[in-house]
Parts: sequence; C-alpha cells; structure tokens
Amino acid sequence: MSLVEQFPIVFQSLNIGFLQTVKLFLVTLMGALPLGLIISFGSMSKFKPIKSIIKVLVWIVRGSPLMIQMLIIYYFPGLVFHNPIWGGGEDGRFWAAAVSFIINYACYFSEIYRGGIEGVPIGQQEAGYVLGMTKSEIFFKVTLLQMVKRIIPPMSNEIITLVKDTSLARIIALQEIIWAGQAFLKGSQGIAGQIWPLFFTGVYYLVFCGVLTILFGKLEKKLSYFKV
Amino acid sequence: MAILEVKDITKSFGKAKILKGISFSLEEGNVLSIIGSSGSGKTTLLRCINGLDTATTGKITVNGQTVFDSDITDKNQLKELNKNKQNIGLVFQQFNLFPQYTTLENVTLAMKLQAKRRDDYKKKRKEILDEIDKTAKYFLDKVGLSDKLDLYPCQLSGGQQQRVSIARALALRPKILFFDEPTSALDPELTGEILKTIRQLAEDNMTMVIVTHEMNFAKDVSDQIIFMDNGIICGRGTPDEFFNSDNERIRQFLQSYQK
Repeated sequence: MSLVEQFPIVFQSLNIGFLQTVKLFLVTLMGALPLGLIISFGSMSKFKPIKSIIKVLVWIVRGSPLMIQMLIIYYFPGLVFHNPIWGGGEDGRFWAAAVSFIINYACYFSEIYRGGIEGVPIGQQEAGYVLGMTKSEIFFKVTLLQMVKRIIPPMSNEIITLVKDTSLARIIALQEIIWAGQAFLKGSQGIAGQIWPLFFTGVYYLVFCGVLTILFGKLEKKLSYFKV
Repeated sequence: MAILEVKDITKSFGKAKILKGISFSLEEGNVLSIIGSSGSGKTTLLRCINGLDTATTGKITVNGQTVFDSDITDKNQLKELNKNKQNIGLVFQQFNLFPQYTTLENVTLAMKLQAKRRDDYKKKRKEILDEIDKTAKYFLDKVGLSDKLDLYPCQLSGGQQQRVSIARALALRPKILFFDEPTSALDPELTGEILKTIRQLAEDNMTMVIVTHEMNFAKDVSDQIIFMDNGIICGRGTPDEFFNSDNERIRQFLQSYQK
C-alpha cells in the first residue's frame, strides 16, 4: 500500500485515538483543578493532622512516577482484593487512568495554588478585614483573582505537560493516540511495519499545545490591566 | 465621654514584650498623634486596636462599645465585639488598595458586600447601589480624585493611591480613623498632599489617631501627642507641652529630628 493510500486509514485511526487523548485531558483538568484547590487549603490548614496527611500525600504522589501510580490504581483492586473495580473494557481503563491523572495533577496544582495564595501580600487580607469583610469575601473578592494572575505562567506550564503526559495511559492499554499510532507497527487494517504513524502523532501534540499556548497568552493579556 | 478608651493593653510575641501596659483616652473630634522611634510599639498598638493583632491583656472601647476585652473568650460575645469594630477605620502605610479594582470599585467594594447582607437588598437593589456609588464619589471628591474614578491603582501615583485608601476608609463612616505611618512610603512631595488631606479631615472634626514620623505635621494638626518608647507611653500632652518637654528621652528623640 502506498503512503497516499495509507494516509486516510491512519488519519482516521489517529483521530479516534486523539479524541480519547483530549477526553482524558479534559476530564483530568475538570477533576484536578478544583481538587488541587482543596488540597492546597489542606496543606495550609492550621489543623496539624490534616496538614501532615496532605504533606505525605503530596510527597508520595510527586515522588513516584505517574506510570507506576496508574498501574497500581488499575491493577491493585483486582490483584489484591480480587475485585477488579474498573472492569476490563476501554471505559474501565479510561476511568482508572483519569483517576490516576486527577490525583497526580491535583497534587502538583495544589502546590502552585499554595504559592499563588501565599504570594498575595498579607496587607490585602488585612485591608479586607479592617473594611469589615468576612474571610470568604476576602478570598473570593480580593485574593482569588490576584492568585489566578500569579499562577497563570506555572499553570500553563503544568497543563501543557499534561497534554503530553496523557500518553502514559498507553501503559494500561488505553486507546489514546500513541496506542493508535503504534498499532500500525504491529499491523492493523492492512498496514503493518509502519513507524511513520507513530511519528506523525507528534503533530497532533504540537497543534494541541500550540492552541493552549495561544489561549493562555490571551488569558494573561486579559488580566494585564492590573499589577500584583 | 471619651470616644476611645484604651486600658492596660499589653502584647507579647513569644517572650518579647512589645507593649507593656498602654492606657489612654481620646475625646470626639480630637486628633492624637503617636510618635516614637521604630520598634517602640506604635504600629503594634494600632494593630491591636484594629484587631489585626490580638492584645495579650487589656480592654478597648470605642464610642462606649467594647471592641476588645481580654477577659472575654465566649465565641458569641467575641462576634459581638467584632461588629463594634465597624466604628473604626484604618489607613495603612502601604495603602493596600485592591489592584484588580478601579478607584471607584476599591471604595465601593466593602459597602456593596455589606449591603448584600441587608434584608431589603433584593427589593431595593438599584437604589442601594446608587446610594453606595454616590457615597463613594462624595468621599473621592473630598480627597480630590473625582477625575480618577476609573483608573486602576497601578495607574495612580503613591500619593493618589493613599488618598484612595483614605476615601475607602472614610466611606464606611468610621467614628475614629487610624493612620499607620500614612506617608512613610511616599517621597516628600507626595507626603504633602496626604498631610493636606488629613488636615482637612481635622478641620471637619474627624476623630483621628495618627502614627507618624512627621514632627512638624504632628505639632500642627494634633490636639494631643503621645510619645512611646520601648512599649510604654513615656510622655503625653498638647503639642506645646510635648515639644518643650524636659523629659530626657523626649528631648533626645526630638534632637535626632533636628539634625
């Protein structure tokens, strides 16, 4: 089969894989962005036990490879409790991967949030306090937007890393774009021994990250009307 | 009756005693300047009165209402005390304007949040918000910034920012306004405009407590001066009495300003 004949087949297959990649990316963000905020509050808690538990969790999650975490989350319930909660299908693999990614990224995000919150000068909270605002009013009306502005650069970094990290889900055979590209090495739909589809997946990542970079740039510009 | 009464305030951070028993009172419409060298406890005293720090012992009343009493530990009573704090305002050395809000929004924010807690807020929303805007504009006009309503803090000079923060504090109509070294972050030229604003407030009989290093200004604007040293009040009186004091420590302090 010539390259011209191969291309539409590969293209369609990669698109399906890419959809799964994007889905994992979006679900991870939707879970990890709020969870990270909760974890960051925990890590700043004045209640020592909570603070310690969170510190240990963040240490474990940041201190071990995401790939290992995913393998444990996917296989552990079945191997140890003989209760494969995820099931064997693509859906099960997706949710096992999503849960692993959410926990992992929430821990990284939590540290970025913490830096952002602690970076807002204490005088801002004090001003809110002497003006009679409540703690939650001070957080939502004063601190939050200043924190968001501060964390855009490190967040965009982390989120762009997430795009490429989704390929790690290949390890539990999630049918994301790398998996789809690799299939043409072993043989699929009459195409075998071809490595170019795997290389070609890089273009998808490049375009995806390019779009994100532009979006983050726009957000940064939108918040450039004030200085922190 | 005195509008502000501070009784036996002490404050320790760990083993360090910053305030060692401060008592004074202030009459309505009077201006009190607190002066003294750095580290004498002036700012800590102001922070304790405003609730930013909690004094170790003592009692503070504003307008007859208790705002702090170290004997009170009951949560509900503490909440009650917190409410009484609405009678006092504070202007910071570093202005602490909210950078993401315009001049006008900086002044209206706290008022709008307070209005939301009113029972009739939903019914009279528009009237209430109009009223708040009017109040904010009135006070911004008073400090000479009615042409800067839509600018953000980063577009204002230091002096203008401090004037916004004064308007922001005034708009909540405090009975007493406290200033924590309001000109220390400003160059001499900008200092003048802040002092002018405070002087105007004094003419309007605003009750004020000012921590300052501007001796001539303190002499000029105050009804009463308190000199603090090492956590205690070591001299007090009218400006005349103070600047002609024969207290050794005060003379030494004043001489350092003449150099």
